[in-house]
Amino acid sequence: MRLSRRRVRAIFGKELREYRRTGSIIVAMLVIPLVFAINPLVAVFGLSASDASSLSHSHALLYLLGIPALVPTVVAAYAVVGERRQGTLEPVLSTPIRSEEFLLGKGLAAFVPSLAVSYVVYAFVLVLIELFANPGVASALVKPPELLAQVLFTPLLAGWSIWIAMAISTRTSDPRTTQQLALLAGLPSVVVTTLVAYGVIPATLAVALVSAAVLLILNRLGWRVVSALFDRERLVASTK
Amino acid sequence: MPEYLAAERAGPALSVTALTKRFGERTAFEDISFEVGYGEVFGFLGPNGAGKTTTVRTLGTLIAPTSGSARVAGIPLVPENGVEIRRRIAIMPEAPGLYLHLSVTENLECFADLYETPDARDRIERSLHAVNLTRRARDVCGGLSKGLRQRVALARALLSDPEVLFLDEPTTGLDPAATRDVHELIDGLRRRGVTIFLTTHRLEEAERLCHRVAILNTRLRTIGRPDELRDRLFTKSLEVRTLAPLSEPDRVFAGLPAVEGWHNDGLATYLLAVSDPLIAAPAVIRALVAAGADVVSISESRHSLEDVYLELVDHGAEAKRR
Repeated sequence: MRLSRRRVRAIFGKELREYRRTGSIIVAMLVIPLVFAINPLVAVFGLSASDASSLSHSHALLYLLGIPALVPTVVAAYAVVGERRQGTLEPVLSTPIRSEEFLLGKGLAAFVPSLAVSYVVYAFVLVLIELFANPGVASALVKPPELLAQVLFTPLLAGWSIWIAMAISTRTSDPRTTQQLALLAGLPSVVVTTLVAYGVIPATLAVALVSAAVLLILNRLGWRVVSALFDRERLVASTK
Repeated sequence: MPEYLAAERAGPALSVTALTKRFGERTAFEDISFEVGYGEVFGFLGPNGAGKTTTVRTLGTLIAPTSGSARVAGIPLVPENGVEIRRRIAIMPEAPGLYLHLSVTENLECFADLYETPDARDRIERSLHAVNLTRRARDVCGGLSKGLRQRVALARALLSDPEVLFLDEPTTGLDPAATRDVHELIDGLRRRGVTIFLTTHRLEEAERLCHRVAILNTRLRTIGRPDELRDRLFTKSLEVRTLAPLSEPDRVFAGLPAVEGWHNDGLATYLLAVSDPLIAAPAVIRALVAAGADVVSISESRHSLEDVYLELVDHGAEAKRR
């Protein structure tokens, strides 16, 4: 099967234009990262140099991996059910587009802004810590391996959340329910990253590599599984 | 090269044989067969729930048929040909389905890319020109009236220069002025030789725009040219009005050439069943004059497509009840 880049780009570009003009999407994509960022920042600013030694054994900033796990669900959950609701799915599916192309375009349109938001917020948190936290606390918190983990796991977690949200979106008919279910489905990833951040799950290289490999496989499978779940006939003909 | 590509344009634009679609226990349409030629405007009439939209979706590869076969734009209707069929057709659904946050041009750009049309900008301009929307190209679709949205949807359907254009109830919900605009646009496409499959329950629309019509009520009731259907279903008749009732109408009308029977349709009005109005009318006038009757008018009774439709759909409903 040959995928058409032009068709994928058409869906991707259309989605980004729609996001830009839909205030509620922009607000939702900013609120979640702010909630994630403010809490640890307030805690960090209250720490003194004596707390630095206990921090050097924790991976508190990995907590911010919750952002890529949750932010993309805001838009990805709307991907299919939203098109159905506004009556645009049938005209799109009447064109030569394949299900895989449609879903890839939608997925990328959720992926790119989520990635951007996650990295920007992470960078913003790092800058604030370097500027305003106690220097000892700052050097205990900001560690190069964690930085690498953040860079590596942000796209993997975002991708996984997108496929889960889109899978739900192909099977439901109400956008609000879909969004709630997608947020719920994203929570296990947040729980895992939080457990790593607080040292319950050891943050070793082996754990990181295995997790990355599993997420990579899940992302590859996710596209195929969601494409298989994408039943044109049910989506066009059924009201359920 | 696949056989269907070689046979392209040689056969009909649409060829449907014993096509059936069931959703579980419910039958959307059953055992329908028809052909539509290139350049033909084919009307698909039926009441709500008759299966018109499901037929369009099936032929547009959005829904798989339960049984039967079809060729769309010369290509066999099977799942593996879905992309190729959709490349050659366009469907304008009942609801325009536009991206309301995007402008008219942005909507069309998206679809030009989905069809991978060459010279997208030129195609968009031509489509907008065809539906008289060039001046509204930058408008956001959410701010357009229903009629204008319908025009944008029609422009979108024309982008790919389709071999077969499916229009699913294109005037539903439009006011009379917007309806007239859409009719004029379809008429323009007809003159350009575009093959159109038009579903509607507006009979005057079908009568005005279609070369042939089919009447569907889950099953195909009839198919033909509107005048042909009238002739097939109704006996031809002459309506005769005289100033005063005839004293012996039996004696006047009996034995006249091409007159097969008569009955009163009012005090001094008579309906004559005739085999050929052109032979019967002069003979009837001569007989009336000879009988000393004062003739007010004599005219051929015309049955509308609506009569045909009601006759077929009501009979269908009655048969179902029995």
